[in-house]
Amino acid sequence: MKGAVFPLKPEAPPLKAAVIVFPGSNCDRDVAVSLKAVTGKSALMAWHRDSSLPKLDLIVVPGGFSYGDYLRSGAMAAHSPILREVKARADQGVRVLGICNGFQILTEAGLLPGVLMRNRGLKFCCKDVHLTVSRNDTVFTAKYRKSQVIRVPIAHADGNFFASPDMLNRIEDEGQVAFRYCDEEGNLTDAANPNGSLNNIAGVYNMAGNVLGLMPHPERLADPLLGGTDGMPMFESLMEALS
Amino acid sequence: MSQITPDVVKSHGLSADEYKLVLEIMGRAPNLTELGIFSVMWSEHCSYKSSKKWLKTLPTTAPWVICGPGENAGVIDIGEGLACIFKMESHNHPSFIEPYQGAATGVGGILRDVFTMGARPVANMNALRFGAPDHPKTRHLVSGVVSGIGGYGNCVGVPTVGGECDFHAAYNGNILVNAMTVGLAAKDRIFYSAAAGVGNLVVYVGSKTGRDGIHGATMASAEFNEDSEEKRPTVQVGDPFTEKLLIEACMELMATDVIVAIQDMGAAGLTSSSFEMASKGGLGIEMDLDRVPMREQGMTAYEIMLSESQERMLMVLKPGREEVAKAIFDKWELDFAVVGVLTDSGRMVLKRHGAVVADLPIDPLAQASPEYDRPWVAPKLAAPIAADAVKAVAPLEALKKLLNTPDLCSKRWIWEQYDHMVMGDTVGRPGGDAAVVRIHGSNRGLAITTDVTPRYCQANPFEGGKQAVAEAWRNLTSVGARPLAVTDNLNFGNPEKPEIMGQIVTAIKGMGEACVALDFPVVSGNVSLYNETNGNAILPTPAIGAVGLIDDLESCVGMAFEADGEAVLVIGATTGHLGASLYARELAGLEAGAPPPVDLSVERKNGDFVRGLIVSGRVTACHDVSGGGLLISVAEMAMAGGLGATLADAPKDVPEHAYWFGEDQARYVVTASAGEAGTILSEAAALGIKAALIGTTGGDKLILGASSASLTDLASAHESWLPEFMSGPDSN
Repeated sequence: MKGAVFPLKPEAPPLKAAVIVFPGSNCDRDVAVSLKAVTGKSALMAWHRDSSLPKLDLIVVPGGFSYGDYLRSGAMAAHSPILREVKARADQGVRVLGICNGFQILTEAGLLPGVLMRNRGLKFCCKDVHLTVSRNDTVFTAKYRKSQVIRVPIAHADGNFFASPDMLNRIEDEGQVAFRYCDEEGNLTDAANPNGSLNNIAGVYNMAGNVLGLMPHPERLADPLLGGTDGMPMFESLMEALS
Repeated sequence: MSQITPDVVKSHGLSADEYKLVLEIMGRAPNLTELGIFSVMWSEHCSYKSSKKWLKTLPTTAPWVICGPGENAGVIDIGEGLACIFKMESHNHPSFIEPYQGAATGVGGILRDVFTMGARPVANMNALRFGAPDHPKTRHLVSGVVSGIGGYGNCVGVPTVGGECDFHAAYNGNILVNAMTVGLAAKDRIFYSAAAGVGNLVVYVGSKTGRDGIHGATMASAEFNEDSEEKRPTVQVGDPFTEKLLIEACMELMATDVIVAIQDMGAAGLTSSSFEMASKGGLGIEMDLDRVPMREQGMTAYEIMLSESQERMLMVLKPGREEVAKAIFDKWELDFAVVGVLTDSGRMVLKRHGAVVADLPIDPLAQASPEYDRPWVAPKLAAPIAADAVKAVAPLEALKKLLNTPDLCSKRWIWEQYDHMVMGDTVGRPGGDAAVVRIHGSNRGLAITTDVTPRYCQANPFEGGKQAVAEAWRNLTSVGARPLAVTDNLNFGNPEKPEIMGQIVTAIKGMGEACVALDFPVVSGNVSLYNETNGNAILPTPAIGAVGLIDDLESCVGMAFEADGEAVLVIGATTGHLGASLYARELAGLEAGAPPPVDLSVERKNGDFVRGLIVSGRVTACHDVSGGGLLISVAEMAMAGGLGATLADAPKDVPEHAYWFGEDQARYVVTASAGEAGTILSEAAALGIKAALIGTTGGDKLILGASSASLTDLASAHESWLPEFMSGPDSN
């Protein structure tokens, strides 16, 4: 996606978004709250058995434990009826955002490169982490500064990003890295890497740049009362670009 | 059908007298299925037969109480059309035998108690007690329990927002896992368990029934010995994914008007749920056990009735509306089966393969269960010790050591394994005095805490019982909440021993006195007895879970020092009480002395004063003073804020180590601007409240006279103990 161009749509009504709900999704409401805060209207909550979606600007695959994540995180959801539709829409250029379990599902579905393995520490880990914003020329991140350090929580057991050396090179060369784990000052240290991800990768784009997956939860720090708002610019970016 | 011999009766945990009562009620010898039903219904766990007499003495009413003990959970009115529903429950015995599943299903069970009443669960808490760190099983148990709680709570998507965890050799053979769930419901949409309407259908939903957990309630009502590990098959297996679906399906169903009554299947499974529903409604039930969804073949009536398979509910639906309910459960891919019908017989009639396999009167079983006035003796009280009998250690040196002890160290290693932010309303995260959860879509919040100090209860159960309630009240006050109500989880040893029964009786008296004085009624609870192994009992541990209301979250404060140059004040009197303190135990090796007395009128006065300061925005941070004493509180505030302080010397009339580490009650540390501090001190004086200026915030260390300790060093002492302990060699 190096130097990808994101044609903005002509004048249109405010961002139309859908949040996919699988049995076991549990951050569907949380992300719907953040979307509503910027768009002023409720997102469509799409059920996993639905096989088609109306005309949309954004599809969010939320966090949680889809189908209990019993086989492997995201593996079963990747084969659900709704995911066929999400793939078709992504191919048409509709923006897709996968958060946490959503990221796992999108990698399992082949919409994003890499896999998310068990955390290096072998434990579920819920805490605030710092991230650097790799690029701000995308519809997801325009409201951030390039290399800005933001604070966003993680909450996962399987967030250890892995890819083959070839694939990793391509991801790096094509500028597909969206966010990396860093310390408060923005240094990409091993100590700041909460799960052992290769190259401290916390989120990646697809080649076309219209699909983003990330382990951290921007929707969890998008309200001053909850202790931070660094997640909010992502939703504001989408709102501005897609309205 | 097997013969009911005295051995069979004994193996079902029924005494000879109890069996005599069974014969009287039945008018004949019971068959094995019927005996099994008696056995679980009359187990200590289900019948509260040893504690009922004393539980009745606790205050349970207040204008804001909608439903007190007796239902699945307590219900209080929190205004604006909302009710808060909450309860705490133990899963001690199973968690010792199989820590992951024991703890996980403890969380699942308490969640169901809350959502069965119509509340969406919004927060989980847990109170954990483990054995001595050097006991070979401890590390394995901590690891299993914490991952079990996380594994379940994280998947169902309810945040685990806090709790407590400490260690003592008295828990070597009996750990305590007490889980609490708090939920929110519309005040006019609360669901109860009393069945109604002869002819209405009894419906089973959720997971299928298997052979797991048979006799779990009976197992949880007996002491342990060397063979307890053999009881592993009595531990249930949890499926949080199914629980999540069950929550969503029930919430969807509860938004319709088809439910007459609903009850989760907890301890003693289908038996206790069906008996409770029928008994509360004064009706009978006829059930065809062939229709119960089963995941194993060839299950007998006995097994079906006694299974404690998880994630199941029993409901009575309005006539002709079962299709509405079925459609919802089909959508969520959960089992739905009509298993019975309500009758006016007052009897439970069970059929299997077309034949009646049990026919029991309901009320005598459910309501006339044995109630004992067990003999008790007044507990031996620990003698007071003087401060100068406890060796003095330089305060900052002692502080560093105490912060690195099992009970005072940071519990971050635990709560980072819990998703404490899902649902997007966690305002006050774990590690503070009380967790704060926003009421979704509003600017109000719930404050939630769990507290008890078992070493105080051991030294003096009455004062310890008072203190547990007072500390919970204080923790809610520390975040600016109005304390509203309590759920109690009474963990004790074998009640058939008069000295243990004495602990139970006096602790309940102490709790009751505090609840009355603080307007803090008990609305739900659970009792766990027989926490003994080879005759050694746990410390008396009446855990208190409590909920308070914050009217405006903007006014809520945390415990972190906020700004440079602010005055640090202590509200409440410091006499230097070192009896039963952590300082005495950890630094002088002295587990002795009377616990600090709790003066409930002072508690109330000080707390109301502090709450007023918080709500009116006059203080910038607040933290109560509890285990470890004043210097621990100050250090925790400094570490949380990354901001140090310069502290004044201890007053001349109190020995220095007793001043900084004594555990006198009813105290809070607050910070305020220098100008505000003067006003606060004079107002306190006018009200007869002890208050003192003890320092000023600033810098990156704690400075006390000529010595100092850097926050980096303190934080490393505080943060390192638990991860280092847990990464030690696996001993099991």
